[in-house]
Amino acid sequence: MNDPLWVQLAYLLAAVLFILALKGLSSPRSARRGVLLGATGALLAIVVLFFSGIELKNLGLILGFLAVGSIIGWVAARRVKMTAMPQLVALFNGVGGGAAALIAVVEYFEVGSSDLLFLIFTVATVIIGAVAFTGSIVTFLKLQELMTSRPVIIPAGKWVTILVAVSTIVVGVWLVVDPQDWLLVTLLVLSSIFGILFVLPVGGADVPIVISLLNAMTGLAVAASGYVLDNVLLLIAGTLVGASGTVLTSMMAKAMGRPLTATLFGAFNGTTAGAASTGTDRPVRSATPNDVAIMLGFANKVILVPGYGLAVAQAQSTLRELADLLTEKGIEVDYAIHPVAGRMPGHMNVLLAEASVPYEQLKEMDEINPEFSSTDVVLVVGANDVVNPAARTDKSAPIYGMPILNVDAAQQIVFLKRSMRPGFAGIENEILFDPKTALLFGDAKDTLTKVVASLKTV
Amino acid sequence: MDGIALLTIFVLSIFVGFEVVSKVSAVLHTPLMSGANAIHGVVVMGAIIVAGKAQNNLELSIALIAVLLGAINLVGGFVVTDRMLEMFKPKKAPAAKEGGAA
Repeated sequence: MNDPLWVQLAYLLAAVLFILALKGLSSPRSARRGVLLGATGALLAIVVLFFSGIELKNLGLILGFLAVGSIIGWVAARRVKMTAMPQLVALFNGVGGGAAALIAVVEYFEVGSSDLLFLIFTVATVIIGAVAFTGSIVTFLKLQELMTSRPVIIPAGKWVTILVAVSTIVVGVWLVVDPQDWLLVTLLVLSSIFGILFVLPVGGADVPIVISLLNAMTGLAVAASGYVLDNVLLLIAGTLVGASGTVLTSMMAKAMGRPLTATLFGAFNGTTAGAASTGTDRPVRSATPNDVAIMLGFANKVILVPGYGLAVAQAQSTLRELADLLTEKGIEVDYAIHPVAGRMPGHMNVLLAEASVPYEQLKEMDEINPEFSSTDVVLVVGANDVVNPAARTDKSAPIYGMPILNVDAAQQIVFLKRSMRPGFAGIENEILFDPKTALLFGDAKDTLTKVVASLKTV
Repeated sequence: MDGIALLTIFVLSIFVGFEVVSKVSAVLHTPLMSGANAIHGVVVMGAIIVAGKAQNNLELSIALIAVLLGAINLVGGFVVTDRMLEMFKPKKAPAAKEGGAA
């Protein structure tokens, strides 16, 4: 069933395009071209596939489902608000993993081969694909807040998870040794359950790392399916994603100061203490928009710390307006961008770029941290966990060890917050109770508009 | 293709995958992840292959679901990545209004 030479050459070209796509995506200047190259490679591969002379019995149905899937993907990707983008990526990743698992199942039914390598890779595709599928669905539900974003700890969860994992492996091995249809179905079910159990205990702030990990896993599932189908392009594309995804996952984990194992197994080992329980009735200093305008208007240096709350309130443009106004008054203004501000690394940059904030004003954490001590006012808009000193001091906090923005070094701190509710990681922030902190409650867009209005009169 | 050739390609691809993203800045983590996500959407090819030789309705149904899921992954992945990067375009008319739910 060897493909004709021209088909193989076309696949090789597609593989090169994928590599160039990943390369392009690694640098801001070439990133868009990278996407174009990747999409071209994929289109080329699919068109060539249809003309490659393989058996295509149900062509009409295949084209129909292909079209419907493409439309669903297109519309979802176009319609989604940028704030909800991380969960959409998780969902896209999940369905890819699901597709890989199903492909392996069908190929197994069709071929029924007892070849050892074929069976091993079938088992691998089914396990990894199914875990990526259900795991991604759970991360989607967490980010979409259709379920709690806190770690979910089921009683004896650790043992249940281990039991399921062991059974999955046992059934997988059994299938390789003695191939039977019911074993394959059992394997699919067990892997799906394991995917859920594996992601449930992951805490909100760690979810992006898990998305990245699941993305790498889907890559591996696709690679394994390439082995099963004897398709070199799937093998290459899947492996590329698996490898680059693994690197990316470890880079993200490093940016959050969380070893991957702590992310994945933290909840099991009880490092994710309950928290968020104490003292929401402790005294805080609240301010009016006018107070904040005066503080800002008479400062020499202001740093803005945008967080996910800013994006949710759709207040990016208002914040930019405020920054422009301050700059006009001769005040030095910078944006401090934590690596995981928003919900994913780089998410906040995307959201601010959407509001045409000049790229040069965005300062990364290492660059801005020494600046806080010489700053008069820090304005924290809808961020919480990324400025929480508990990450430095409180060993029981789920974010312990994550590098944070040192806003507590500034002269004055203003928090724009909707309420006293803790951030995504679900822990109290001590800075809120600091005497040099003022809180301005309300919807960020609303309060920022008022601050801008007052500032014009100062 | 024989096993050892596939294994060779697999191992070399791992190294390429490692190398190619080793110098990415944090700003691009999300678009890169999303782009990689789109690339593994070519799994839809596999789905088309198995659907094309399905021998009964059960096989065909499962394969067609895989085609659907794979297509969502592929097309959605590229479109959403492009949207993320659209934002990095230099010099654009300020903030096209979007829905504006306050």
